[in-house]
Amino acid sequence: MKRLFLTLAATLMFATTASAESLKLAVTTSFHNSGLSDILLPEIKQDTGLEVQLIVVGTGQALRLGAAGDVDAILVHSRKAEDAFLAEGNGTHRREIMYNDFVIIGPESDPAAVSEESQTVINVLQRIADEQAPFVSRGDDSGTHKKELALWSAAGITEEQRLPRWYKEAGAGMGASLNTASGVNAYILADRASWLNFGNKGTLKLLFAGDPTLFNQYAYIPVNPAKHGHVKHSEALALEAWLTGPRAAELINNYKINGETLFTFNAEAMLEAAE
Amino acid sequence: MLEIWEGMKAATWLVLTFDADLVEIAMRSLFVTLSAVAIAALIAFPLGAWLAISRYRFRRLVIATLNALMGLPPVVVGLAVYLLLSRSGPFGVMGLLFTPWAMIIAQVIILTPLIASIAHQSIRDLWAEYHDLLISLNTSRSQRIKTLLWDSRRALLTAALAGFGRGIGEVGAIMIVGGNIDHVTRVMTTAIALETSKGDFALAIGLGFVLIGLSLTVNIAIHMLTGTEVRDRW
Repeated sequence: MKRLFLTLAATLMFATTASAESLKLAVTTSFHNSGLSDILLPEIKQDTGLEVQLIVVGTGQALRLGAAGDVDAILVHSRKAEDAFLAEGNGTHRREIMYNDFVIIGPESDPAAVSEESQTVINVLQRIADEQAPFVSRGDDSGTHKKELALWSAAGITEEQRLPRWYKEAGAGMGASLNTASGVNAYILADRASWLNFGNKGTLKLLFAGDPTLFNQYAYIPVNPAKHGHVKHSEALALEAWLTGPRAAELINNYKINGETLFTFNAEAMLEAAE
Repeated sequence: MLEIWEGMKAATWLVLTFDADLVEIAMRSLFVTLSAVAIAALIAFPLGAWLAISRYRFRRLVIATLNALMGLPPVVVGLAVYLLLSRSGPFGVMGLLFTPWAMIIAQVIILTPLIASIAHQSIRDLWAEYHDLLISLNTSRSQRIKTLLWDSRRALLTAALAGFGRGIGEVGAIMIVGGNIDHVTRVMTTAIALETSKGDFALAIGLGFVLIGLSLTVNIAIHMLTGTEVRDRW
């Protein structure tokens, strides 16, 4: 028993020391649930020797981890929150990496008839609210949740009007919320990538997409080494260089599920030569 | 229902093929929880014995508190340990967050009251029985504690196994302080939570079956090593 234990301990020690060239990256659940990280991480390891350790959380928590200095960089998708993060001096700069779009998922029967009647996502939400059709919200302060709240307020539907009878806050990640929606046959706002990669679709279907306001930009922010001296800033910059380079562009643009593109690469070459 | 059947198939397949990722996370689960149980037991056994033989103020309150701490919510422990180990927290400089060590620390906090409570209960009964004998032999306090610990070793084993049971199935605390990082802090329970969130219920429940099997194997192995339940022995 003791020997088995020592072997175990030794293996784990070895496993942690071998990863000297590692960095911790807090990413949104939608990035990870899409399956793209499984494609990118081995390539990053191969090209740069960096072992990227993913902490998969909502955008809200990712920003908190970055602000506390518990991760070396973050990859999130909520512009306002990112700007606030930078304004507080928590990150060095923001770099856009790729985008996809949010989509409205709902039951095949479509009780609020959103798929045929709606021109804009605002219409869709108003129809759902009028019909009081079940709707699952992330409710976890993630990028998708922030987007959803912004859309409700644009649609003129206040928090008081969103009754718990039909508006259900899951308080969970993208996948878990999709599970909830699938269980109660509800509408939900999801990012396209997570939806395509989701394994428990049940009777859910993509009902609405294509409104320009549903644009979903992912951005990379290295944590500020001036604020947290221990962060691996040079590694974070090496990862940024890779993520904005041609190899990443090729892998991201070619990542498809059932023939559908999930993300579009849109990183631009750095203008300022500061780095 | 179909998922449970698919899960059984997935579990069988994973075990039979000796899946490398599965072996890795299963070993990490064992490492984290067994380490936590060992450390917790080192604290909890003497503590339980000391609490049983000593007479002090507010004894009932102390014991009741210890028993209440058995129900310590893992997610709260996880959050507290996160705040302590965070780079912005008091122990941030040690850089322990998102490592297996952080997971062990969290589990030690969860398991110690549980193991100490169970140990205390059984040692208290034994102390009632041994009291006059040990007093008449003019034993020192440490001698009494040692005697009681040794003679209640079977009950202490149960206490440790109860701790193992709680630790190996725990997800709330280790998810927060470990971060569920692939190849670093991913263990059985966090892997199950991850697969569930991906909607891959078959693999999730398959991993669940493997976890239950792992727990059973550890328990049987420890009972065999300690030689309990042999023929007509107690």
